[in-house]
Amino acid sequence: MIVLLAKRLGGMVLTMLTVSVLLFLLFETNIESVATKVLGPYSSEEQRQIWLEKEGYFRPLYIRYFEWLGNVVTGDFGESVRFKVPVGDVMWDRLGNTAILGAAAMAVIIPLSLLLGVLAGMREASKLDRTISVLSIATTSVPEFASAVLLSAIFVFWLGILPGTSSMTDGFSLVELILPALVLILYDFGYVTRMTRASMAEVMTTGYIRTAVLKGLPYRTVILKHALRNALIAPFTVIMLQFNWLLSGVIVVEFFFAYKGFGALLLEAALNQDIYLVEACAMVAVFVAVATQTIGDVGYTYLNPRIRFN
Amino acid sequence: MTETTATAPRESGAMRALKGIGLLRESGVGMTGAAIILFWLIVAILAPVLAPFPPNATLVPMLAPGGEAPDGGIFLLGTDHIGRDILSRLIWGSRTVLFYGIVATACAYAVGIVMGLAAGYFGGLVDEAISFTANVILSFPVMVLYVIIISVFGASGLNIVVAVTFASAPGIMRIVRGLVLDLRNRDYVAAAQTRGESAWQIMMVEILPNARGPLIVDSCLRMGYVIITIGVLGFLGLGLPPPDPDWGGMINETRTMALIFPHMTVFPCIAISSLVLGFNLLADGLREVSLRD
Repeated sequence: MIVLLAKRLGGMVLTMLTVSVLLFLLFETNIESVATKVLGPYSSEEQRQIWLEKEGYFRPLYIRYFEWLGNVVTGDFGESVRFKVPVGDVMWDRLGNTAILGAAAMAVIIPLSLLLGVLAGMREASKLDRTISVLSIATTSVPEFASAVLLSAIFVFWLGILPGTSSMTDGFSLVELILPALVLILYDFGYVTRMTRASMAEVMTTGYIRTAVLKGLPYRTVILKHALRNALIAPFTVIMLQFNWLLSGVIVVEFFFAYKGFGALLLEAALNQDIYLVEACAMVAVFVAVATQTIGDVGYTYLNPRIRFN
Repeated sequence: MTETTATAPRESGAMRALKGIGLLRESGVGMTGAAIILFWLIVAILAPVLAPFPPNATLVPMLAPGGEAPDGGIFLLGTDHIGRDILSRLIWGSRTVLFYGIVATACAYAVGIVMGLAAGYFGGLVDEAISFTANVILSFPVMVLYVIIISVFGASGLNIVVAVTFASAPGIMRIVRGLVLDLRNRDYVAAAQTRGESAWQIMMVEILPNARGPLIVDSCLRMGYVIITIGVLGFLGLGLPPPDPDWGGMINETRTMALIFPHMTVFPCIAISSLVLGFNLLADGLREVSLRD
């Protein structure tokens, strides 16, 4: 177990390092373009040269990389060109807002998709199974921006019971959280449901379930005591992988509803060539994705007795 | 080997494809998906005939569905903020979506298959290197990757294809690699090795055709994702440059007016959702049929 944990953590560090090299090469190899992005397109050639000299950009690439990496690890990402404040000051707030949105979505996605997945996988090819499967395919087929438009049309335009933007200018508002969370839920619960269903259906074909049924145990007991335990191991990993997906999803949803979150910040930074902010957001996004994936991997091994006792 | 199998005429590829379609007829879900895709394909091909107005002509702005054009004719789905017929733009937009969807998916598959074949067949260091590269790319939340790539290299059709290939090939590589690991120990591969066929010939002629089943199902699913991606990029303003119609871009241009004129955004949303649904249903039907025999 400890060996596995060390291996996974080592892999995680290696991935993060590779990603950091790629990002650094992509954004900071061409120092002229760095200067133009930071000082703006109307800066003079002379200003740019002075700035590059002052910031130490004329040193070799690898020295600059290690200096940058050292700063990033200690949480110093430089100053945002657009917001004129240290990157961390904007980013952590926005990440907090996205965590709230993500938690709200996950709080519905996890129980809902586990329940539907188990119900569908319990009796494969039954009417209920087909209905749930088609429903989950249908909801997964509607892109987030499309469900955002359609839900806004219904709840904001026709019914007029929910606000169309979620900028939360007057402080936190639960009502404004509903539509963005709903869009994330609609797009994602289908996938987790299908994965849970597959896992449950597989467990239902195993010998020990047949034995349990044949020795006359009530169906409820078979499902609750025998099937669920094993059927819910695989969905755990799937759910942990959804955090990676969630960071993609929030870009669209936060942009649409003007929610002041991490995804909207990343998009804004990228569109405005705010290079230190983009670098920081990308590093944090990959870190969250890789960390949750590692937890998923290690957790799966821990939960699965067939591997744990091997 | 018995005599009957030795003398039985080998089914041609076309025959087997026809049989596959015949099998799909048993799956209602799959047929529904195929019908939706066929519908949009026909719309895309016949766009010049079907579209009632030129897609970029500015006629009467902000008409509700059913509004009348000055020279007769009816805007069945209304017009957008600068007076372009939404139905015509939807019809022409289907060309953009299908063209870039198919090209980008095909490129991603070409790269992913070569990577997966090499990783699975050669193993060892080659596998380690390819798999590590794939893991690094897959560790990015996919939209983060798209936003970074497009914002650095600019929004154009070519860059969309490149970005989709870059982001999707690792996933395809993993699937192919898994299939190759299973297939490379088969007798017919050993026979080909004994005959002295080159490594790439074995991969392309002996292994790849036998891995096609799961890849066909996956390619349908992936087409759906790629169409969503193209739509999202258009919606975020990172898609194809205006004025030519693409569904995501149509939503982006009119979304600020969506609460006053929902028809401008709702119809492109329905169009893109239906097309993605078509591919997802087809994939589900194919999977069901392939598991049956």
